[in-house]
Amino acid sequence: MLGRRGSLWFLAVPPYLWLLLLFVVPLGVVAAISLLPGSGRINFGAGWPSLNHYREVLDTPAYLRRLGISVGMAFVIAAAATVLAYPIAYFLAFRARQRATVFLILLLVPFASSYLLRVMAWKLLLGREGAVNWVLTSLGLIQEPAGLLVYSQAAVVITLIYVWIPFAALPIYAALQRVDPSHLEAAADLGAGPWTRFARITIPMSLPGALATFFMVFIPTVGEYVTPSLVGGTGGLMYGNLIQDFFTRAGNWPLGSAMAVLMLLAVLVLVVVALRLVDLRRVAA
Amino acid sequence: MTAVARASRQGSAIGVGRTRVPLGLVYALMIVFLYLPIAVLFVFSFSTNTTLSFPIEGYTTDWYAAIFRNAQLLTAARNSLVVGFLAATVATGLGLAVSIAVVRFRFIGRGLLLALAGAPLVVPFIMLAVALFLLFNLLDVPRSMFTIAAGHSVIALPYATLILLSRLVGLDPAIEDAAMDLGASYPATLRRVVLPLLGPSLLSAWLTCFIVSFDEVALAVFLAGGDQTFPVFLYGQLRFAQTLPVMIAMAVLLMLGTVTLTLVAFFIRSRSE
Repeated sequence: MLGRRGSLWFLAVPPYLWLLLLFVVPLGVVAAISLLPGSGRINFGAGWPSLNHYREVLDTPAYLRRLGISVGMAFVIAAAATVLAYPIAYFLAFRARQRATVFLILLLVPFASSYLLRVMAWKLLLGREGAVNWVLTSLGLIQEPAGLLVYSQAAVVITLIYVWIPFAALPIYAALQRVDPSHLEAAADLGAGPWTRFARITIPMSLPGALATFFMVFIPTVGEYVTPSLVGGTGGLMYGNLIQDFFTRAGNWPLGSAMAVLMLLAVLVLVVVALRLVDLRRVAA
Repeated sequence: MTAVARASRQGSAIGVGRTRVPLGLVYALMIVFLYLPIAVLFVFSFSTNTTLSFPIEGYTTDWYAAIFRNAQLLTAARNSLVVGFLAATVATGLGLAVSIAVVRFRFIGRGLLLALAGAPLVVPFIMLAVALFLLFNLLDVPRSMFTIAAGHSVIALPYATLILLSRLVGLDPAIEDAAMDLGASYPATLRRVVLPLLGPSLLSAWLTCFIVSFDEVALAVFLAGGDQTFPVFLYGQLRFAQTLPVMIAMAVLLMLGTVTLTLVAFFIRSRSE
């Protein structure tokens, strides 16, 4: 008969193996392929491992600029989605009371709606003959349809903020639910007004949750390529589009791999630095 | 009577006076902002316009009828169902194993297991897409529904683990001890006691994973090969104006399906808690 301890093997080993094969090893494969000296597909006969693809990326200002732009866009998108989701979550946690379930469900519907469909919706709204231009011209606010609202960096940013808001509201809501009301009552007893209580208790207590939310939006967005290719035009393309291109049309897998590895490193460095800064502030407080 | 006592007698969550910020209005505006684009597209799916343009010239249900004449579209939708089913089943099974191991046992590598199970959430999808694409190439695995399902099982695992973990933490381990004191083996205890208690959360986790997979496109584009899922097919068709109205109609239809599933998953979870 299998004991408790023996069962642990059957519980822990399968997920370990699965994640090793389909998560850890593949990431290692990308790193390995990025060191192949040849360009094109995978060719182990082209010579010794080399850093020439990394050098090529680092020597090409256009690539680095695109990485910088993507990080900047992801920062704006994640910050905006978090800040806009915060009042929604706050309302659900503190004001909605017994109807919180209904209001939460209202939020789940856009959350569960197809991602591509929501991107398409913005194309429909922002297009040259789209809804926004139509409304503006029929109201006589503008004579001609305003130039292309779609196919721009702004369109990518707006669309992605829109896509992420419902996703961002849920973890912030969970964080706000853990704010202990007795702390707020104690502060009130000691004479703190509503804004003081919000700034000194609610915000600090929900900050870890809000920061986690920020990163849960920021990290995937840095590598985004689907939305830019649909509403970004050429000006709104992101670093992820370059990577995708090297794996499809351009067909230079080692170079694409090097670009992907550099992106992951950049993201990791940013996350580590950000966590440091936040910790320091908490030490100072 | 103090202000606090008065307020808490009225059942206020916070206690005393509030800021004058009309949060209900802010919430209402955000909801309008979130629903409006979807609503516009929903209305547009009944429009006779063949391009993404306004105003709408007339109304028709032809696009919905055309779905059932488009064999490629139906195949892609079926592929999505198969991929979602496989990915959700694997992810929920593994998520269950991870959460039981992590919550009920102390062992070397426990923290690492939990970190690994959550890690796919914080790696940009294009990175994982490229990684799996190269892996399957090296291993000479032809790209198919199974490679997409494998990829989706990895990105769905954090969701399954999170949902099951939070439920398991709230389950009293004494129930399991009782079952074992009465002579049940540990596997039997898991099967006969823990699994039934987790039942609703398991279903909710499975549905969540299914939806994550069903809607996923960034990874699937890289791993699809000939077996396109619906989002991959849609992504490819978005450039062709003439098929656009049918695509939108189909997307609206599938969206109604995923929204329903999400609500079902939500109710199952809130009922079990």
